[in-house]
Amino acid sequence: MLSVFDLQGYGWMLWAGLKVTLMVGVCSLVLAIIMGLLGAWGKLSRSKAAIVAANTYTTVIRGVPELLLLLIIFYGTPTLVQNVAANLGYDILLDFNPFIAGVLTLGFIYGAFATEVFRGAFLAVPKGQTEAARAIGMSPMLAFRRILLPQIWRYALPGLGNVWMVLIKATALVSVIQLDELMRMAFIAMGATKLPFSFFFIAALMYLGITIVSMLGQQRIEAWANRGVRRA
Amino acid sequence: MDVQIIIDSIPQLLGGLQLTIQITVIALLIGFVCAIPLALMRVSKNPFIWMPVYGYIFFFRGTPLLVQIFLIYYGVGQFREFFQDIGLWTFFREAYFCAVLTLTLNTAAYSAELFRGGIQGVPHGEVEAARAAGMSGWLLYRRIILPKALRLTLPAYSNEVVFLFQSTSLVSIITLMDLTGVARVIVARSFDVYEIYITAGILYLVITYGILWGFKAVEHRVSGHLRERPSAEAAAGQLASETAAMR
Repeated sequence: MLSVFDLQGYGWMLWAGLKVTLMVGVCSLVLAIIMGLLGAWGKLSRSKAAIVAANTYTTVIRGVPELLLLLIIFYGTPTLVQNVAANLGYDILLDFNPFIAGVLTLGFIYGAFATEVFRGAFLAVPKGQTEAARAIGMSPMLAFRRILLPQIWRYALPGLGNVWMVLIKATALVSVIQLDELMRMAFIAMGATKLPFSFFFIAALMYLGITIVSMLGQQRIEAWANRGVRRA
Repeated sequence: MDVQIIIDSIPQLLGGLQLTIQITVIALLIGFVCAIPLALMRVSKNPFIWMPVYGYIFFFRGTPLLVQIFLIYYGVGQFREFFQDIGLWTFFREAYFCAVLTLTLNTAAYSAELFRGGIQGVPHGEVEAARAAGMSGWLLYRRIILPKALRLTLPAYSNEVVFLFQSTSLVSIITLMDLTGVARVIVARSFDVYEIYITAGILYLVITYGILWGFKAVEHRVSGHLRERPSAEAAAGQLASETAAMR
């Protein structure tokens, strides 16, 4: 049984892949949070155009598989840019960095899920608080920063935790566009050693490890964020 | 954007969609049948029963689907002789079998966790009432707990169905010609990235919202006793609009 875990000196590849996976995951999460705040602002704004844009965004993202969106963004964006440039009379060759493409795609996709999370969190803050902040003379931006944002975090944390858990698993898809993250490293190592089960199983355990650490981390962050809240 | 390319590719894409739907339905049905006993085992008080099930659910919910697919499709190759000895190699050699098996195990794990929530969400009073009326064991589950639990789980289960439907796009990575697979092949041949992928995306979008709409209709149907009775004015208004529509 132990022979299953003999990686024949290729174990370092999995570590290197794990680091890239975490990097892609964290960068995508940051982008997803920004997109989510923008999306929630769009959904709750009074501007018709912003509402339509935000609704289209979440509707399309939820209706199309992540893999297909990844392919559209990775292969489609350079084509689009090149076509536009050609129409303007420029001849450029755009090569998309897989890391950036992966982060952009995942951030864009999970931004739609974060949008729903933040929308719920915005609505959870009583309206009277914003009105009170405006009444004592805070500008909308200042009221957002001082009154809304600190409270939104608390309401959004459980949802954002879920977004992170799904997102980190979705990073495996980025291996399809040749980024050297955990899955692709396991795949390459499999080619060299002919030990597919060993490498994918250890990769699976690494993802499980991330999930477990994330769950524990989420509990601690939530406890910290709720430290000032009185419990019944 | 060239419309002719889209029109020409539609028959092929629809062929791929057929495989996508086929895989979804098979995995969904078998997964559902497995999920209910798994959920029942999960709520058992015997650690020898709930702990293995918990481990199974935790593994399949905590790792990416792509790893699971690779683990089964490529992973069995490491134990090829063993699988040949027990005569299962002919199955595991097929990408189709591996894809359906992985998706089934995956959706069974997710659904079992949903049903567990549903079973534990059944109000205690209803169980007590059933016990007071003399029901116990299987009869209690069959008549009271399971129907209620399934109804409670329905909204979350509709999301799981959509999730599974979209996840099937991953089978294109292990060479199956589902909707995404067909789209990738056409793009590799013609380089019409936008036209083909967006057409495929629209097909996914339509089916996804079709599924959600279907579940909404079922939910509406099974929750009739929970809805408010329509007020007299609303009923009159509806009657008026229906008669107006008839004219």
